[in-house]
Parts: sequence; C-alpha cells; structure tokens
Amino acid sequence: MTEFERHAYDVVVIGAGGAGLRAAIEARQRGLRTAVVCKSLFGKAHTVMAEGGIAAAMGNVNARDNWQVHFRDTMRGGKFLNHWRMAELHAKEAPERVWELETYGALFDRTPDGKISQRNFGGHEYPRLAHVGDRTGLELIRTLQQKIVSLQQEDFKETGDYEANLKVFAEFTVTDLLKSDGRIAGAFGYWRESGRFVVFEAPAVVLATGGIGKSFKVTSNSWEYTGDGHALALRAGASLINMEFVQFHPTGMVWPPSVKGILVTESVRGDGGVLRNSEGRRFMFDYIPEVFKDKYADNEAEADRWYTDPDNNRRPPELLPRDEVARAINAEVKAGRGSPHGGVFLDVSSRLSAEEIKRRLPSMYHQFKELADVDITAEPMEVGPTCHYVMGGVEVDPDSAQSRVPGLFAAGEVAGGMHGSNRLGGNSLSDLLVFGRRAGLGAADYVAALGSRPSLSEEDVQAAARLAVLPFEGGDGETQENPYALHGELQQVMNDLVGIIRKGEEMKLALTKLDELKRRAKNVVVEGHRQYNPGWHLALDLRNMLLVSECVAKAALQRTESRGGHTRDDYPQMEADWRRKLLPCTVEDDGITVTEQPQPAMRGDLLDLFEYDELQKYFTPEELESHRARLGKES
Amino acid sequence: MGYQAHLRVWRGDAEGGELRDFTVEANEGEVVLDIIHRLQATQCSDLAVRWNCKAGKCGSCSAEINGRPRLMCMTRMSIFEPDEVITVTPIRTFPVIKDLVTDVSYNYQKAREVPSFSPPKDLQPGEYRMQQQDVNRSQEFRKCIECFLCQNVCHVIRDHEDNKANFAGPRFLMRIAELEMHPLDSLEENTGADRTAVAQSDHGLGFCNITKCCTEVCPENIKITDNALIPMKERVVDRKYDPILRLLPWRKR
Amino acid sequence: MTAGISAPGRPSIRARTLRTDRWWLAPAVTAASLFAFVVYATIRAFWNGAYYAPPYISPFYSPCIATNCVPGSETIYIFGDWWKLSPALIILIFPLGFRLTCYYYRKAYYRSFWASPPACAVSEPHRSYTGERRFPLILQNIHRYFFYFGLIFNVILTYDAVIAFRDADGDWGHAGLGTLVLLVNAALLWLYSLSCHSCRHIVGGRLNHFSRHPVRYRMWTFVSRLNARHMLYAWLSLFWVAFADLYVAMVASGTISDLRFF
Repeated sequence: MTEFERHAYDVVVIGAGGAGLRAAIEARQRGLRTAVVCKSLFGKAHTVMAEGGIAAAMGNVNARDNWQVHFRDTMRGGKFLNHWRMAELHAKEAPERVWELETYGALFDRTPDGKISQRNFGGHEYPRLAHVGDRTGLELIRTLQQKIVSLQQEDFKETGDYEANLKVFAEFTVTDLLKSDGRIAGAFGYWRESGRFVVFEAPAVVLATGGIGKSFKVTSNSWEYTGDGHALALRAGASLINMEFVQFHPTGMVWPPSVKGILVTESVRGDGGVLRNSEGRRFMFDYIPEVFKDKYADNEAEADRWYTDPDNNRRPPELLPRDEVARAINAEVKAGRGSPHGGVFLDVSSRLSAEEIKRRLPSMYHQFKELADVDITAEPMEVGPTCHYVMGGVEVDPDSAQSRVPGLFAAGEVAGGMHGSNRLGGNSLSDLLVFGRRAGLGAADYVAALGSRPSLSEEDVQAAARLAVLPFEGGDGETQENPYALHGELQQVMNDLVGIIRKGEEMKLALTKLDELKRRAKNVVVEGHRQYNPGWHLALDLRNMLLVSECVAKAALQRTESRGGHTRDDYPQMEADWRRKLLPCTVEDDGITVTEQPQPAMRGDLLDLFEYDELQKYFTPEELESHRARLGKES
Repeated sequence: MGYQAHLRVWRGDAEGGELRDFTVEANEGEVVLDIIHRLQATQCSDLAVRWNCKAGKCGSCSAEINGRPRLMCMTRMSIFEPDEVITVTPIRTFPVIKDLVTDVSYNYQKAREVPSFSPPKDLQPGEYRMQQQDVNRSQEFRKCIECFLCQNVCHVIRDHEDNKANFAGPRFLMRIAELEMHPLDSLEENTGADRTAVAQSDHGLGFCNITKCCTEVCPENIKITDNALIPMKERVVDRKYDPILRLLPWRKR
Repeated sequence: MTAGISAPGRPSIRARTLRTDRWWLAPAVTAASLFAFVVYATIRAFWNGAYYAPPYISPFYSPCIATNCVPGSETIYIFGDWWKLSPALIILIFPLGFRLTCYYYRKAYYRSFWASPPACAVSEPHRSYTGERRFPLILQNIHRYFFYFGLIFNVILTYDAVIAFRDADGDWGHAGLGTLVLLVNAALLWLYSLSCHSCRHIVGGRLNHFSRHPVRYRMWTFVSRLNARHMLYAWLSLFWVAFADLYVAMVASGTISDLRFF
C-alpha cells in the first residue's frame, strides 16, 4: 500500500476564482480551518477574464434601482427558469457583497459624488454594474486574493504560521471526492508540479470550479474549464440541473486562430458598433423576433438616433439579447454571407472617431492591435459566436448552497439554477460573491452541527490513486490514444453537434460519438513521469469533460423546446409546460441518467412583482391563479 | 500560409537541462504559445508549460523569447523571420521546476510580507467615498496581472541571488505604493506603521537603481518606475533625508 | 559571474544573455554621447575665455560670479576676487549635480558606464550589488535640492536670453541668431527642470487627496505630462546648452559673426 501526503481540514474549497476565494474567506472567518485548492497559480483563475462589471442594485447612478428591479431583470433574462429563491438572494445581497470588497481594498471607478460608479449593460433596466474600466474581474480576484493574504497575516501574528488556518494549495488538481456513510469525508488529488498524491480529510467540500467551456472548440474559456466540479459532484452522487443551457456569446474573435473565441465585449455594440455581413448589410434588422418588435428599431435612421436620444427612439437590433444576436450571426455565416474567416464584421471604425474609440474601448483597441494586428479604428473586426458560460450546474439548496450530498457545497458557475436558461452580463461576478459567501457559511454551519467526523476508507483512497495513474498504463494496448487528439475530437463533436443551434438527429449522433470517445479514452496513454506532465493532466481532465458533455447532450436532446441558451431547430418555440420542468442529470454505473423534476413554484409576493401580462408569456394559467391580478388585488 | 518554424526550447529540470531544437508547423496569425502547444501536442506531450487565458490577462505564460522576458501568448510569430531560430527558455531569475515552468513562490512570500490594506475604523461598508482623481494612481498599479516579468528582469535579484531575502522586487514595491497612495488606507492611523519607512527598511526600495527594465517588460504598460518606484523614493526622501521637511511640523497629506 | 543566473536551482543556461538584438547599441550610444559632452564641457570650463560676445553670454559662464569675469557682462561679482580659476568651474557644479542625481541620467549612466545592468535581461559583471542604500549613492536622495538650485539657474539663463534682445551696444529691441539660441536654451532648460521627477513630487505627487487640492492637482497633471518626456528634454537640453556655449564661443572668438535679424 502506498503512503500519501495527508492533510486534515474543516473545509476544502476546490477552485480559487471569485466564488472559491469568497467561500474560503467566509469559512475562515467563521473559525474553520480551510484549504483552498487551485488548479493554476493563486490569482490566475478565469474570473480575471470578466470585463463588464458586478451587477448590484446599489442605486448609485439611478436611485430608482433596487433589489426588486434587479430580481425582475434576472428572471426575465433567464426566461423564468431561474430558481426564484436564488435570484432573490442574489438581488438582495449583491450590494453588501460589493461594498464589502471596498473594505478589502478594492478600488472601483467612482461617480462624481465619490460613490461606486455603475454602468449600463444588456438586460439591466438601470445602470447597475460596478466596474473598474474593463478589467473588473481582475480587480475582484486580486481583492479577494489580498484579503486572504491579510487573513493569513492575522494568523501569522497569532500563531507564527501564515498557513495555520487558511492554506492555498496552488497548482493542485482534485480527482476524486471521498465519502463515508453517504457524507463527504475528504478529497483526493495531486500536486501538478510534482505529481505527488494528496489525501484531504475534511467533512465539508465546497466546489467552485467554474464551467465546462473547454469541451467546445470555440470558447472564451481557459484550459481550466474542464467541468471538474460538475464531474466530481456527479461521481459523488449529486445532481446537475439546467445542463442543456450553454451561453454562446455572440461576439468572440474568429481571427487569428490563436485567439479564436476570445471575447469582444458587449460594450462595443453598446457604444455604436454595428454588425454587417459580407455584402455590407446591417443584417440584424432582419432578425428581430416578434416579441421584441416594439422595443427595437426596424430602420437604420431610428437605430442611429437611439445612441443620443434613447427616450424617443427604439434600440438598435445589435443590442438584442445575446442568444438572439448569436443565432443571427450563425444564420448569416451558414447562408454564405460571412467574413473571410467564418464570422461577420463588427464595425466601429466608421461609427466613431479614432480618438473616441481609444477612449471608450481601450482594452479592445489594445487586444486587437496586439493579438490580431488589426486597428479597430481603421477597419472592422471579424467576430462570431463563442462558448462562454454554462448556466447549468450542481443542484443546490439556495440558502446553504448544499447539494444532495451532505457536506458537498457548490457556488459560482459550477452551481446551477441561479441564471435559469440565460445569464445576464454582470450577474456572474455578483453570483460568485453572494453564493461563494453562502457556501462558506453553509459549510461552517454544517461542520458545526456535525456530531462525529466521517472517517476515510483506505480502500477508496487506494482506488482513487489507481484511477489517477491509469493513463500511464496504456489501457489494453491494442490502440493507444493521444489525449490531445481525443480532446480535439471531443471539442469538434460538441461544437458541431451540440452547439449553438441543435437538432434531435445531430444530438443523437453526438451521443453515439461520445460513447465511442468514452471507450477510446480508456486507451489513452501518456509518456513521461508524473512531474508537471500536461499530457497526464489532460488525460485526467478528459474524463470529466466526457462525462459532462454527455450530460449536456442528453439533457439537450430531452428538452424539446427553445429557451435562452438552448435553441432547437426542430422545436423553435418556447413552451410554458417546459418552464415547470427541470432535467437533473445523475450518474448511474458508467452512464448519465436524465430525469424530469418539477420546478419549485415561485413565492406569491415575488410573483406579484411582475405584471400579469408579462407572466402570461411564460407561465401556464393554473400557475398564475394566485397572482394579484387574478385575485383582484391592486398592484 | 503555413511554414516550418525553427524553435530552440530549453528542456530540463533543477538537476540540469539543455536547449533542444525542434521544427514545428506555424500558421499565419499565431503566437509563440500556439507553437509551444503544437509542439506539446505532436512531439513532446510532457513538455511543461504554464498558461491560462491566452489573452494577456492572467499573466501565467511568462518566458524568455530570444532572451527577452515576454508573455508567450502576446508574442506574435510574425515579428520573427520565418527562417529565424526562436529560442524559448524559462524565466531565469527563479528556480526551474521543469522545462518552461519555474517556481515563483518567492513572489507569493513577498506578497505576504507587505502589510495589507487597513480599512478606516469609522467607516462602515457602503460609506466609502473616494474621488476618481484620488484613485487613478492606485488603479494603474492594480492593472498588474502578476506575470512577474518585472521581478524576473530586475537585476537586483536576477544577478544577485543573495538580495532576494531583502528585496521585494518591483511588483511588491509597487503594491506598497498602491496602498500608500490609496485615499482611504489607514494603516498609519490604526497601527502607527509607516508604509514608506517599511518600503525602505524591510522591502529594499534602496536597492532599486531605477534602470527601468521593469517598466520595459510590463505587458500591461504600467509605468512602474516613473509612477510607483520614483514617487516612493521621493516619499522616502520626504520622511528620511530632506532636512528642511524634517524640521517642519508634520503636514497632513 | 556571481550567484545570479547561474545560482543553484535556476535553469542551467550558460549564456549571459540570449538576446539576439543589438542590445549593446543603446548603452554604447549613451556612453559615447555623455562622454563627448563631458570632454567638451571640461575643455570649455577650463578654457576661461570666449564666453562673452555682447550681448550674449555662454550658459557655462553665467552668471558672472568672480571678478575675473569679463567686464561688461553686467552681473554682480558675488564671489569676490580670490577665485583665480575659470568661474565656469564653480557654476557648473550645480547643473552637473542636478543632472548627476537626475532619475533619468542615473538610469543612463548606471546602464552605460556601470553596466548595472547593461541592458534588460543581460547579466551584469559585478560580484555584489547594494543599490542606492549606501554612501556615496545614498546622496542621490538630495536631487530635489539640486532641482531648487537648478530653478535659480533657469531664471538667470532666462534673464540672459532676455538681455540678448539688445545689440552689441546695449540698445534694446534687437535680436540675432544668438538671441534665438539662448531663448531655445532657456526654454529647454525649463522643460527639463519642470519635467523632473522631484518637481512632480513637490508640486503634488506627495499628496494622497488630489481632490482637496485642485490647483496642485492641475499642476501635477501638467508636470506629469512633461515628465513622460523627461528623457527627451534631458538630451535636448544637454545638447543645446553645449551648442549655445559653442555658438557664443565662436562669435566671441570671431570665428563666425552673429546673424542679426533686426
């Protein structure tokens, strides 16, 4: 029997992005001995990529904003599939979470009266996004990182050890969760640097691993986004919901290849950028859906007037919700009217002066100049849809963030429910803070209430170690597979067959191919040894990606409607019946099972925040029986 | 379109290593990190390289390309001649772990030694008021993506291992400047500690001879020397070396 | 080589640098230019002649502070008559000190003369390094005092440019090429001084709350803009002050005659 490095903690937080760090801060402040595990270096998590801002109804720029308005916007954005309780908590607590960051040392952009400045963003009724230029995510991660350091300094003063109560395990991957008697008992993983195996004994684990974008070919996500938390939760017996909803951001870079998928911020369109096809036509006027006809301009003259006079003109159709714009671009490219590299043109150069562009969009100017050698003040950008965010994730209790498995918590992108079928820009960073904190709190309460600590089974530990070294042994040897090649194939399958526009037939084909890939993945062979070996790391991550991809494909096949981040070519309509249903995925044996589960009914006072007419578009009549309009109450 | 690029990559670990030659396909519009990835996917699957966002925002893929400290994801292949040999080595100021990956824990240690932001005691969350012109300077420093290229290029530690103990490096001297210029930082009110004095005594500001390599390599174009280090040196002069200012009664900043 | 890039644990690469560009060019040009200036300035400082060609006085010799200064250059003899050497030797201490402790020139000569470091990512040849923490380099901290003195000299040299709007007989309302040379000289010296890092600190940089000092904030913003070009002004003013001296010297020695505009 092999001996492993062992640590005992009260809680292990897996993931060191916004949600993980906020959870760790909370857990440590509640007196738990906390470990934070991050796959890359401390402070490099994908949160740094967030540009726009943190949505929080502080009302600094428009005093009419409040949590009810934010709640309504969030539910509308998610096409009412969101878990209402999560959306409620999120809208109520986001301002406190942002203010708290200032006490950690964050420096947001300011209003003239010295408060935190807030900007407009798609789907938000009032200026709501607290921001720092277009690098808000970096500010968030750095602030939390520095708060962790300050807590460590406090511990150092008391104990002489920085890591007495809060330790960061950087460049560390968790491969398995360990349970005993149905409860979380610990985690198993390895140092990426040395390949050394580590066993954590811990009664509580918080998953904060982010998303799954690396299963798709064109994505704005980094290599870490391999759905680790999703897969760990599944294998530990938890359920995932809303996995069919994947957000494709309409404007990612398509050229050059090295940056394909990298985001072009929504602000480009907000500030006047227009989309054109290869014929020079502003095609978005051709794609305004019926339900939005009264809010969006149907001619260029009116659309252009909106930028200076938004009160008397309708919005330009370039500012339709992300899913609509992404689908329109997709259709243009398919019709053969795309740009040379398979996107469309996003032009701001003919709309604003060069000085104005550099002033308003400094990092976009910089990004295109440095990465693509394109001067956006002189020529149009080429853009196309890119996989950006997964709305689905671990099914959790909204208040405590606990999953079906006792002791297993989840927060941030890896948790599901908060954003329904489509996430609004800016709601992601606030989600991290609100539910990161709640997960830390939930874990603290759970550990405090625990009678006896669960003990690890040595057998499970040995099994986890055996599984982790499998890729060195080379399967049955008949056909050896290269992890990089297999990963490439998986990305192609997901992109082509379970991508932005879906068809039943294609998804069935995808499932067959995924089965095939799963079988071949057993024969993956890696060379070298365990010390910092990216081939081995990918081989282990591949297992997670395959599991989660199967989940996405199966749930997407089952949901026969189109809603938010799930568009069916064969079922283009949104169905009120489907709004009441969730599709939780669980693992049974070696495969994914998808079942139907009713959506919890919204609390009456929250339902009454909406007008009856609006709700009718989404809800079945019987669900609205208790609405104030039906009961004859005044609003 | 495509061509065969000549790469010379350092492979090895703390025990030793060498520059090895490779020929790798390169296509139009690619960056050095793409070529390293292709090398990894096709010829040496265990080639160690650290990277994340591939968009110049996370600061993970620091290396030295033809001897110059750079982010691999922000170095376009088009800046080299197609027949030029491109040498890629790990950054040379820190211990190597394997291939292009180095042990940068020095930086995390130094980060811990800088006294953190100390919030004003009389303000509750939500009551902070700051003017934009007062936060501009610190905001520039907070653009830092912690790629540690400035730490790597700084000759104080690059060429003198023994200085590592007493010198925090440009990144963390800049962090002190950021807090020193923060309009609401109250370390002095709360604890009596003076950030400028600490910068000079504990973090080795005096080692800096303002030769500006940190600024030269910064991928975020932060004016580290002009806006952080020199102003800190001037503040040290205020407190320590300027005899006239020392005679004057303490002036509120 | 010391325990620098070859320290245990670091990647074993023998080369002092792997840079393939001409990294030695910039320090070489800097060293050559500074050296040329020092040689010229030394010769001229000891020359003790050809610095006054009415109405022009060479910036190297202004103000006239010793009695051996050429009569008629209209300045007070502060220094008395015991000084028998060239007055330039006393005067030049101040601009020399200002430039020697200047944050830009420090970079320039640390790199080009001391090779500390010669260029970025090129390892330096020294065994140990203590920076500006000890004598004598700790004296760099008095830069701001040289800045104050520099301002006095700027006023004097501006005065010299103004009195150059006369003819050789002292009548006002005239100008020649020499007037223009001295005007440009004064302007460049102002730009160099005002763009100084110490100046930037003194006018506003030391404040933490710009919003409470709007006037100083405006001054700081202005100086910051100049400061971004401190290096440019450092070189231009250095070149021009030597050129102004040369021009006066050539006129004074009769090598050329001043071009009169009006």
